[in-house]
Amino acid sequence: MIRRTILLGTSALALLAAVPAASPAGAATRLTVYTALENEQLAPYKKAFEADNPGVEIEWVRDSTGVVTAKLLAEKDNPKADVVWGLAASSLMILDAQGMLMPYQPKGAGDLKAGFRDAKTPPAWVGMDAWMAAICFNTVEAEKKKLPKPTSWADLLKPEYKGQIVMPNPASSGTGFLAVSGWLQTMGADQGWGYMDRLNDNVALYTHSGSKPCKMAAAGEYPIGISIEYTGAQQKTKGAPIDVILASEGVGWEMEATAIVKGTRNAEAAKALADWAASRKANEQYVNFYQVTAHPGVTKETPNYPKNAEAAMNRTNDFAWAAANRDRILADWEKRYGAKSEPKS
Amino acid sequence: MSAVKLSLPKPAVPAPSRTTARPVERSERWLFGLGLGGIALFLALFVLLPLGMLFLRSLYDRDGAFVGLANFAAFLEAPALTRSVVNSLTLSALTTAITVPLAFLYAFCLTRTHMAGKGLFRLLAQIPLLAPSLLPAIALVYLFGNKGILRGLLMGESIYGSIGIVMGEVFYSFPHAVLILTVALSTSDARLYEAAEALGAGAWKRFATITLPGVRYGLISAVFVVFTLVVTDFGVPKVIGGSTNMLATDVYKQVVGQQNFGMGAVVGIVLLLPAGLAFVADWIGQRRQMALLSARSVPFQPRLNPVGDRLAVLFCALVGGLLLGLLGVAGFASVVTFWPYNLTPTLANYDFAQFDAAGWGSYANSLTLAAGTAVAGTAIVFTGAWLVERAPGRAVMKGTVRLMAVLPLAVPGMALGLAYIFFFNATWNPLSWLYHSMAILVLATVAHFYTVSHLTAVTALKQLDAEFEAVSASLKVPVWSTFLRVTVPLCLPAILDIAIYFFVNAMTTVSAVVFLYAPETKPASVAVLNMDDSGEVAGAAAMAMMIVLTSAAVRALHALLSRALHRRTQAWRRH
Repeated sequence: MIRRTILLGTSALALLAAVPAASPAGAATRLTVYTALENEQLAPYKKAFEADNPGVEIEWVRDSTGVVTAKLLAEKDNPKADVVWGLAASSLMILDAQGMLMPYQPKGAGDLKAGFRDAKTPPAWVGMDAWMAAICFNTVEAEKKKLPKPTSWADLLKPEYKGQIVMPNPASSGTGFLAVSGWLQTMGADQGWGYMDRLNDNVALYTHSGSKPCKMAAAGEYPIGISIEYTGAQQKTKGAPIDVILASEGVGWEMEATAIVKGTRNAEAAKALADWAASRKANEQYVNFYQVTAHPGVTKETPNYPKNAEAAMNRTNDFAWAAANRDRILADWEKRYGAKSEPKS
Repeated sequence: MSAVKLSLPKPAVPAPSRTTARPVERSERWLFGLGLGGIALFLALFVLLPLGMLFLRSLYDRDGAFVGLANFAAFLEAPALTRSVVNSLTLSALTTAITVPLAFLYAFCLTRTHMAGKGLFRLLAQIPLLAPSLLPAIALVYLFGNKGILRGLLMGESIYGSIGIVMGEVFYSFPHAVLILTVALSTSDARLYEAAEALGAGAWKRFATITLPGVRYGLISAVFVVFTLVVTDFGVPKVIGGSTNMLATDVYKQVVGQQNFGMGAVVGIVLLLPAGLAFVADWIGQRRQMALLSARSVPFQPRLNPVGDRLAVLFCALVGGLLLGLLGVAGFASVVTFWPYNLTPTLANYDFAQFDAAGWGSYANSLTLAAGTAVAGTAIVFTGAWLVERAPGRAVMKGTVRLMAVLPLAVPGMALGLAYIFFFNATWNPLSWLYHSMAILVLATVAHFYTVSHLTAVTALKQLDAEFEAVSASLKVPVWSTFLRVTVPLCLPAILDIAIYFFVNAMTTVSAVVFLYAPETKPASVAVLNMDDSGEVAGAAAMAMMIVLTSAAVRALHALLSRALHRRTQAWRRH
């Protein structure tokens, strides 16, 4: 009885202590943060940031890379976002070219890997982590259909895979775009398009989102999905009968990055978020999902994550080229393969 | 205007006046003008002007440079276009050809037979209205997808494409047609049937010469409503369209995929063409339509017909069963651990926070949005329809309001949302404070679903003879008093239908709000879309089921209310 009273007393005290900290008389700053992060990443990132920054509250607006970019461009004259946290670097470059970003050098940005931030000083955007194109391969369905396991991009052109492959539409999906941009950069324009022409013969469907092909593969709807390596690991951990394969030729990749939107009414809080997003602590959050993070000292083993991910990433990967040529690539892609694409993409 | 002319009191009745339907006091005339002006302003601000901005934007390229009709030219040269146009037209026509006869037969059974379980069948018909259009498509994938339960039934054809789209769209558009046709069929004058029978007309002849002409206006409405619904829907083709593109989804493709607002605006404008057709049809229908119910009408009473009634039950049970079955499949999908490899039942998919940052918050937002839309929408639409039908004179203004009221039907929600961004997010707009508020979601939803509600209200009002107002005017009763004490009570069933229509559509709409929601106002339907997009189909099915359950609860409440109301206000139809 006494113990219970004490317990009650302490928890009441804890509550009392927590209340003023959580809401200092309505002074909490609300940051509107646009993002293309995966849904399951939002809650832990928000919680970790808010724990370190009492008085700042994150309001997420999440959609796929294409939608978030479109939304930001549509709101160009009257921006609603304070910060963009977790959007493809090549998309941020497009926004930067439109003069929509506020350059800012976050504290500790100097500790990050060299390639993981905008080359300008102060940088318009700062990288968080890298994600890459992987092949999700459903072993149960493959067994039934007698399909061999692919190990390279070239393998996917085999005639037995006709109608068995799903991949994201590069127009809406950052993952789709990084795959296409990866092929074009490593194979060259002629061979790259030639490869995609033949791949298109085997593709059953182009999806709107980058993670969906892997989830479709995981559910056996289609045996092969070109998707995100992290989604593959996550689906496998959930019990999906899939292998996550990084193609032997090397894989296209893209960087998630953070930027402050020019014209934000909460510049101080926005800077606090930019600082935090570049910190070691933030990178320790990112690494729970992606193995390759901006901070050189942060690593972690993720269950079912493909081995040697960093080594598989294409050496040649020019984000500036990708951003500058995005429109042209997508227009070409649309002309060639648009007819096969999932409607909303 | 034409309606007022056509429903002039018949010669046999001592008419208060033959030149106008009713004498109008000066103050009333002023009030009518004010009301019509208000409705016109509302529709201008929330339909016409945003669409105007959309049109303007179609003349600019993505860098904001004026390019004239270059976007239109590029659109006409795009290779995928012809296919999208053909797909949109053929699949919409096919869906209409299947849905309208089905819905007509269903509505006929509900209103003109003595079959058992009418209340149940009425509810069953509303099932598709309770769900986002993503839901039937999700369920169809579980049934007929590559790992589907009934995959064999398709005999090797793929559900991803035309077959899936038409199946999903029939499900999605069915209740819309039933709603219109039930209203059209539920009021008829028994005297006509008695006379026809006395003159020896058989059942088919009575059907062809009394029933069909009587609901002609409703049929035309139903055809156009279904056709344009399907042309502009993107939920079904999005989930199940495979590589079959439709025009409505091309809008989104341009905007989202290529960030080409000019081109998205162009496709949006092309999609407005069916609205032109709908308006012409509405206008023609108006000229031909007679007021079906005069002050002396005798309500039609279906007679017992054991064989016919049993066939009706069979038909309705089949259709209703299919509707319920599809819903059941979605429910099943929402409680399976990992389809198709682990079928252990679980409620884990209802823990939305793991799939979507807003978690259950988006569900609460949807409740607010739906309630707001139902209240505001019903008040605006019914008053508006009444003013258009009954206000004296001002033909040009009424024509304008009518056109603006029909327009939203053909505006894909995506295009309306885009138009709202251009219009309400413009720095010069004094209304820009609305942007990102819950209010703009409510207003966008009211505007997006204006047409069907308007047509329902007009259909109900047309069946009330203008004599009611003429008589009360001759008794020196103020017009608003007649409106509140006669018109509204007489039309209460239709008004409730409209409110429910708004509520459930606000619960289920995705396209109208997907560009407009703010983090703190994100509705559940958008959460369904987001989850389905990222491949979390079970989570999407679970949230869709929450929407269905909520709408169903409200619908059940409505059924109880209607019954009570019917007893109180519709007794005159039974003598």
